[in-house]
Amino acid sequence: MLGVALLVFREVLEAALIISIIAAATRGVSRRGLFIGGGVGLGVIGALLVAGFAGVIAEAVGGAGQELFNASVLLVAVAMIGWHVVWMSSHGRELVRHMQTVGGAVKAGSSSLTLLLAVVALAVLREGSEVVLFLYGMAASGTGAGGMAIGVAIGVAGGVAMGFALYFGLLRIPLRYFFTATNWMLVLLAAGLASNAARFLVQADWLPAWGNQLWDSSSWLDNGTMVGQAMHVLIGYDARPSGMQMVFYAAVAALLVIGMRLTASKPRGGSRPTAADSSAEEIQVA
Amino acid sequence: MKRFWLAAMLGLVAAGTAQAADLPVYKLVIKNHAFQPAQLVAPADTKFKLEVVNQDATPSEFESTEFNREKIVMPGSTTTVFVGPLGKGSYKFFDDFHRDTGNGVLVVQ
Repeated sequence: MLGVALLVFREVLEAALIISIIAAATRGVSRRGLFIGGGVGLGVIGALLVAGFAGVIAEAVGGAGQELFNASVLLVAVAMIGWHVVWMSSHGRELVRHMQTVGGAVKAGSSSLTLLLAVVALAVLREGSEVVLFLYGMAASGTGAGGMAIGVAIGVAGGVAMGFALYFGLLRIPLRYFFTATNWMLVLLAAGLASNAARFLVQADWLPAWGNQLWDSSSWLDNGTMVGQAMHVLIGYDARPSGMQMVFYAAVAALLVIGMRLTASKPRGGSRPTAADSSAEEIQVA
Repeated sequence: MKRFWLAAMLGLVAAGTAQAADLPVYKLVIKNHAFQPAQLVAPADTKFKLEVVNQDATPSEFESTEFNREKIVMPGSTTTVFVGPLGKGSYKFFDDFHRDTGNGVLVVQ
């Protein structure tokens, strides 16, 4: 039971941290709960399908199917987060102004929301499929259903609780810095996911490592610990990264920062001079 | 520009797979949720191909945070993981789905 709880906790934690950042980043957007909930639901269905076809995926592309699948899922998520980050840098100011003046939810950005729904779904799919395979194995080797259910419940509750803790922590960031902060978190998240994709491609020998272990900071923070694992998800921390991972990380971070700079909305002086405008003027997204 | 990157990527992939044929191969068997051998010896500064055979009827996940690899091994199947080159030392690996019994160490010398 403890083993079940621990594995489920670690997998749920990874997805929950990603979902928390997405939830914070879509603060003030109407129907986001529906989109995030929908993403989780689709992700669970996806996890069952991926687990069901795990054998087929593993055999595909000369035995590199699993790595290629994971890398593709990660890179698709990177692209979608990237699109949202760039979109936010041109719409974030508007969003904050609306929240300050009207206080209600913004109806804009449903295309961006759909992308983030997909990011949530992909996160749940990746972590969830491992949980499904693990539980299948446990059940097949005769672990009692009762103990397993309790283990799953504890693991899910623990992981979700950590996600909520991060979410409510993020909400404490003052509104004028809020989307700048969530946008940067999304940049680091995307860069980390890209680095993870590179790791899979190196593992499958589809890409050279360009330095297998550039450094070893595991004595300082090990990826096997919970903090190390959380940092791995949030900022892509890897105690022993390969050169290729660094290249992917730096390339995605640089691309997104450039994208944000290029599309950043300039303060529109004099178009609608209201009291709220002057305060919104100072808000910089990216 | 796009075509250049595509060509560059394909070049890298070709380079990667071309060498793969000449790499030394090592084998690990998972049986009764444990690794055989539990201690695997490999040469230092050499990239190698690790074949993991799962003889159990349940899935396993071959994983190492110390040499940074992670792959699910389906029941009754063999999977390949490319490892290294690694410096001298010992690197733990484990079966993430059977943490209590599935533990081993890769000794690089």
